[in-house]
Amino acid sequence: MLQRVTRQVVVFAVFVVLMGFAYSGYKAFGQSIDDKQHDWWAVGSVLPRTDDLNMPPILDILAEFNVIQGGTDKVLGRLLFEESLFTLREAALGFAVGTVVGMGIAMALARSKPLERGLLPYVVASQTIPLIAIAPIVVIWGRKNVDFMPWEWQDWMSVSIIATFLTFFPVAVNGLRGLQSPRPENLELMESYAASWNQTLWRLRLPASVPYLFAALKIAATASIVGAIVGEISAGVGGGLGRRIFLEAQRYTTGPERLYASVIGSAILGIFVFLVITGVERLVLGHQGREAVT
Amino acid sequence: MKKSLLWRLLAVLLVFGLFAAACGDDDDDGAAAGDDAADDTGDDEPAELTEVALQLQWVPQSQFAGYFAAVELGFYEDVGLDVTVIEGGVDIVPATVLDSGGADFAISWVPRGLVPREEGLNITNIAQVFQRSGTLQVSFADSGINSVDDLEGKNVGNWGFGNEFELFAGLVSAGLDPTGDVTLVQQDFNMTALINGDIDAAQAMIYNEYAQLLETINPDTGELFQPEDLTIIDWNDVGTAMLNDAIWADADRLEDDADYRATAVAFVEASLKGWAHCRDNPQECTDIVVGVGTPFGGPAHQAWMMNEVNALIWPSPGGVGVMDDALYAQTVDIATSQGILASAPDDGAFRTDIAEEAVANLEAQGIDVTGTGFTKGVVEIAEGGE
Repeated sequence: MLQRVTRQVVVFAVFVVLMGFAYSGYKAFGQSIDDKQHDWWAVGSVLPRTDDLNMPPILDILAEFNVIQGGTDKVLGRLLFEESLFTLREAALGFAVGTVVGMGIAMALARSKPLERGLLPYVVASQTIPLIAIAPIVVIWGRKNVDFMPWEWQDWMSVSIIATFLTFFPVAVNGLRGLQSPRPENLELMESYAASWNQTLWRLRLPASVPYLFAALKIAATASIVGAIVGEISAGVGGGLGRRIFLEAQRYTTGPERLYASVIGSAILGIFVFLVITGVERLVLGHQGREAVT
Repeated sequence: MKKSLLWRLLAVLLVFGLFAAACGDDDDDGAAAGDDAADDTGDDEPAELTEVALQLQWVPQSQFAGYFAAVELGFYEDVGLDVTVIEGGVDIVPATVLDSGGADFAISWVPRGLVPREEGLNITNIAQVFQRSGTLQVSFADSGINSVDDLEGKNVGNWGFGNEFELFAGLVSAGLDPTGDVTLVQQDFNMTALINGDIDAAQAMIYNEYAQLLETINPDTGELFQPEDLTIIDWNDVGTAMLNDAIWADADRLEDDADYRATAVAFVEASLKGWAHCRDNPQECTDIVVGVGTPFGGPAHQAWMMNEVNALIWPSPGGVGVMDDALYAQTVDIATSQGILASAPDDGAFRTDIAEEAVANLEAQGIDVTGTGFTKGVVEIAEGGE
């Protein structure tokens, strides 16, 4: 187990370093031919330009993590960490609600065939609604109308709703598949015991769906981060990685390294939540997880 | 076996739940940078303060220094208001937030308030804070673009989304066809495309993107770009400028609710007092903006913005915040000729009574409300605005 983890970490690290070399190698090549040479027309035209404004040196990007940012007394790495927590909180709430909602939909659809036929198309269609269209509506709605809750509505919770919107879908679809995954002979066995639908659900369908569920949760976890980031850009909630990425893009000209560093920060957050779900999957399923889903 | 699987899952979920709950508590007053957006319902404020939410069009920066100064220096409190400033976002339209009750007042450019108004939102401009437009078209001096005529046949950057109206009107006024005589290029909200040479003229706000250029190292010289390296087309000079930042209020509430109108007068008064303070103390206001956590550039960039924004407000010959009829007419003229508005807005689109009352109150306090003697300061440029 430990050996396998070590191996994966090493492979990942080697891959990251190789990408770094590819980036730097392309940059060095482009610089040596001054971009846009005739023989290599793609360099600096179709492919990115290689000067420091368009492709800041990797060492500059890494160094930027440790540079104190104007107007604050914190280095960029620390600021990105704080923004990550802000985004993670939105995403975690969205993920939790989305998982519950998704699983609820999956159970309802598994229970009733007409419901599955009638509702599933709408579940699919829901994912075609552009997020930026609903983001401002959700923010205004939350600010104005949610006073029936026992706690005070915060703007970041609106972003969680957007994350929920992306999260429930894979859970619902995969969860449904998982609930329908028991083989006919198993279902027939339950029937021969005269088990009620609820008993079959708890003893057969739900346990059988767990591996499918984890496959969905891994997608949902990263999707919840994406949803949170998009929601932050759109809705103006005063913090988070999405807002920082957008603002760094706006002042890209004076500090391209900051934008690259911010994007790396959100990549790390996405990988982190994926690893957490994978870890939980290992804890719950042990090794049988791999065989269960083909 | 199957049963233990579910139990294990539940156990893990429980642990996570507890962990998340514990984290949640810590986060509430800790790292979260945006808690200012949340309106606390009167914790330890004296009960007589009226709660007011102000929706900005963008993130905290010196463009909104007057409002932040009025919060930090207690000007709002002095007039009985407890003001919460809500920052904007890419898809947040202040006019919509205002009309839907998500805020009591909103800051918006005039065209961006008039268009939703024509579409049916009953909002009205109660104080025209910026008397000039901050939009420029910037080129490198060696490109030979010194006037609108020179844009013919060039690649002209603009941000779109309603930011292109002044440019289009300017081209038309020079006898050029915006869709045929120039190549329009969708530009990011930064100056990279200009430096890359992808566009010959870039759209820039004088208080933001133009400063970004001056804060960037010129790769050819190794020094910062200098104003001499650049030529600017200023739409105020061309005569196609449109009015920028104004304070908007809910017109229905103003009619029906005398308290809201009184609040509006108090809010405008304290806001304009903030702006007058920032005119006389630009450095202090810059520090306030940096202190409330502008995510946008360092102190030097905010100092530049403060100086330029002051120059968009002052002097205000008719009194700060009071609408300049000629500029309003020009804005409406461009908006209708460009098809932004189907027809000229009715008389309710702006009102000057609230601003005039506020200005009279300020004059009674001995505050200079015209800034007749105002001249732009000199701000030192720093690389990256830090």
